[in-house]
Amino acid sequence: MTKKVRVLIAKPGLDGHDRGAKYIARALKDAGYEVIYTGLRQTPDSIVATAIQEDVNFVGLSLLSGAHKELFPKIVELLKENKADDIIVFGGGVIPDRDISFLKDNGVKAVFTPGTPIADVISFIEAQ
Amino acid sequence: MPDNRDLIKQKKTWESTTVKKVTDRFPERNENFTTGSWLPLNRLGIPNYEDKTYMDKSGFPGEYPYTRGVQPTMYRGRLWTMRQYAGFGTAEESNERYKYLLNQGQTGLSVAFDLPTQIGYDSSDQMSIGEVGKVGVAIDSLKDMEILFGGIPLDKVSTSMTINAPASVLLAFYIAVAEKQGVTKNQLTGTIQNDILKEYIARGTYIFPPTPSLRLITNIFDYCSKEVPKWNTISISGYHIREAGSTAAQEVAFTIADGIEYVKAALDTGMDVDVFAKRLSFFFNSHNDLLEEIAKFRAARRIWAKIMKERFKAKSPNSMKLRFHTQTGGSTLTAQQPDNNIVRVTIQTLAAIFGGTQSLHTNSRDEALGLPTEKSVQVALRTQQIVAHESGVANTIDPFAGSYIVEELTDKIEQEVMEYITKIDDIGGMVKAIEKGFIQKQIQDSAYKYQKEIERAERVIVGVNKFTAKEEQPNDILEVNPKLREVQIQRINEVKENRSNESVQKKLIALKKAASTTDNNLMPLILDAVREYATLGEICNVLRKEFGEYKESIVL
Repeated sequence: MTKKVRVLIAKPGLDGHDRGAKYIARALKDAGYEVIYTGLRQTPDSIVATAIQEDVNFVGLSLLSGAHKELFPKIVELLKENKADDIIVFGGGVIPDRDISFLKDNGVKAVFTPGTPIADVISFIEAQ
Repeated sequence: MPDNRDLIKQKKTWESTTVKKVTDRFPERNENFTTGSWLPLNRLGIPNYEDKTYMDKSGFPGEYPYTRGVQPTMYRGRLWTMRQYAGFGTAEESNERYKYLLNQGQTGLSVAFDLPTQIGYDSSDQMSIGEVGKVGVAIDSLKDMEILFGGIPLDKVSTSMTINAPASVLLAFYIAVAEKQGVTKNQLTGTIQNDILKEYIARGTYIFPPTPSLRLITNIFDYCSKEVPKWNTISISGYHIREAGSTAAQEVAFTIADGIEYVKAALDTGMDVDVFAKRLSFFFNSHNDLLEEIAKFRAARRIWAKIMKERFKAKSPNSMKLRFHTQTGGSTLTAQQPDNNIVRVTIQTLAAIFGGTQSLHTNSRDEALGLPTEKSVQVALRTQQIVAHESGVANTIDPFAGSYIVEELTDKIEQEVMEYITKIDDIGGMVKAIEKGFIQKQIQDSAYKYQKEIERAERVIVGVNKFTAKEEQPNDILEVNPKLREVQIQRINEVKENRSNESVQKKLIALKKAASTTDNNLMPLILDAVREYATLGEICNVLRKEFGEYKESIVL
């Protein structure tokens, strides 16, 4: 039997909008993944520490406050510093198109904007 | 022979008493109201048949149980306040946006603060990285607040501030700015959100645990009842509960249950219900299901009136009136085909007006993409102005009353709300229900069900799961200056150089001492510290040490 895929859904920064994060967490759980949800107000350091400790395959970051350009790349960088860059980072939230290529250039593997069907997230995970 | 003779008589009494009292002082906008094609339009429609339940369930506008509206003449007297929530970047940039909005015919201000401000961190704090000036304006000290309201006379505008955990500090900033303008506290009109319970439930900008948070809130009730009598001391908010995915009935149920908790907390401090209850205000969402939303607003008014009268024994009518602000539903906006959002906002505007709101914010079409541009904010404001001045719906009161289906929905929502309130009472009140995760679970289950329906295309969202089109995103999305944190840090440093650090320390020590007891009102001490240019972060850190910090109960 293969090991179950483990996903950490995290809320970096001070943003309190967790409807999307909680939906993704629950929907991925229903799809058979092991899902851990961090709760609000996580620093990049604490997200990376949780990701390593929980031995996850993916980190999904959700942010609607506009701080994604500062915080998402920081998390990718810290994973690398901690030799955990095999963990794949993806993100979602209120993120304008023009920022998506910036985030991808900085190690975020995929960005899912509002209205993305959960099936797209699942096929992304399965393709990795 | 018509059998509504009694009702016609009662309406005449209402006109000669309740209405006349108001129109003697504030005449209606027109002497005669007509439709667009000059048919005479009655102030208030009533049943033209015998309806024995009418007086209990509906009554007349401005009279108990206020189902048909809190004011006797509603929008025939004065249109609702058009109040666009705005703020971003520095105090200078936001000040410019406020002046623009006032020039465009907006009638009240509504301040959006950035997240560090809302959570009581200075821009210089490590926790603020990436967030400074993003979802609102960054305010670190009185200095920023002076710039924010520069050239805006605080005795002329009413200001609503979306601030909760550190509400007392921001109110103190506002009072101090007013003093510098020569405006006294008793002239100030406006609102602080100050609703911590929904922060634990849905919005997330909490700092302290429930007990000291409720103390700060009741301190404000008490202080304002004496010093700032025209200020709305709280805006008990269902908006964010709905945004988190609740149903319409849950939105009302949890908001009213929060209201009950605040009233209980204030009564526990020995205050008289009729002293503080008249300054309680509410804040609801407006979604796309027009008829359900209209029913929701009507039901909320009736329920609150009954609770205040029957449960809390309020005697003053003003304690029973549910006055509310409305914002159109942010979560109903789509990133796809953003112009479609203008239509959604129009429907939601109509719902709020048919529902009898006192003020309204209309969302901009591009808010699922980022902060709204000036142009899209203008369209949002114009939407309200078209409804106000062209549609005619503001010229008669509560026009959906007597619609079989709206009345039925109003009753159904009331029933569901009362069932929830009983359940929450059984749990031991709202704080316990939140700590147990009961409320969060109810909301999340509704949110999940809703999203699943969209996924399966059982619920059509135009442009998202049906009628989709390939499109380019508009490229005029507003971007906040990424160097803003440095600008703010520079200003904090200047403030600290120019103030008396000794006086600041003295005031902070006095605050700390008062916070360590439970019987001191902290409001005057916070105001003292603010006047000496203590920063928001300094004040909140003193309170963090004394009160501790809230830990979220995670419910999935």
